Amino acid sequence: MARAFRWLMPHPFLTLLLAIGWTMLQNDISAGMVVFGIILGILIPWGTSVWWPDTPNRFSLLKMIPYSLMVMWDIMVANVQVAWIVISVPNSKLKPAWIVIPLDLVEPEAITLLAGTITLTPGTVSCDLSDGGHSLLVHVLHTDDPDAERDTIKARYEARLKEIFS
Amino acid sequence: MTPEILGTYAAAIFLLIGAGFSLVGVLGLIKFNDAMSRLHAPTKVGTVGIGALLLASMTYSFVSGVPSFHEFLIMAFLFVTAPISANFIAKVNIHQSHCEPVPEPAGDETWSVLDISEEDRELEEDGEPR
Repeated sequence: MARAFRWLMPHPFLTLLLAIGWTMLQNDISAGMVVFGIILGILIPWGTSVWWPDTPNRFSLLKMIPYSLMVMWDIMVANVQVAWIVISVPNSKLKPAWIVIPLDLVEPEAITLLAGTITLTPGTVSCDLSDGGHSLLVHVLHTDDPDAERDTIKARYEARLKEIFS
Repeated sequence: MTPEILGTYAAAIFLLIGAGFSLVGVLGLIKFNDAMSRLHAPTKVGTVGIGALLLASMTYSFVSGVPSFHEFLIMAFLFVTAPISANFIAKVNIHQSHCEPVPEPAGDETWSVLDISEEDRELEEDGEPR
């Protein structure tokens, strides 16, 4: 039974997401469209499972919610800070820096989420992953202390993502 | 003050916030003089700038009696795709050395963009364009 379920739905959360996405695209909830959304939600992950073979087996959706809210708050705070930097700091005084973040995360999905979070937060852009996937290259727009920036990212985002994927 | 008037004002304020952040993003794009710093401007427009504009659109749709949830989807797709395009621009910058030299990674040999596979190394030595 469990094997049949895994064969039918290799990514249960993707199935749910596609069904909700399809229903939202219709802009009103009708039984027919929900059923069609579920059909799409089963067919699309099933058809594309070749390109996403490994599912993270431990993923806590419950811990994902406070994390998303925290990231949204950080995006808004950082936006104002970066807007102020753009307006007030002249080019000659701007201190951009590369920072290298040694990664404790191993799951590709977790690293993708961390890199996405870093890029969405204004002021930092994640640029590259090392060839073995053990560190992340991040560009910071303006910082006086690159090491402190690295520690903030590790403590604020990576530690929480470790919780989500454990 | 009816809800319609309040909603219209709220939509107007969101529009102003969105337009303001987009303007700052564009200013940043013009002002910064280095390719990597320039990359920071669009990531800002992509989040709060567009977010506030979509919020205005949604508020207005609810006020005018035609509720719409498409904006949530636009937001979700933007949040998923924006980091990928930023990542690719950054990779091109590193690849073509349009930026400060990158530091050594911790725990590995090199960054994946600079990692040239064995069969391509000869091309590199022949002076072929990368």
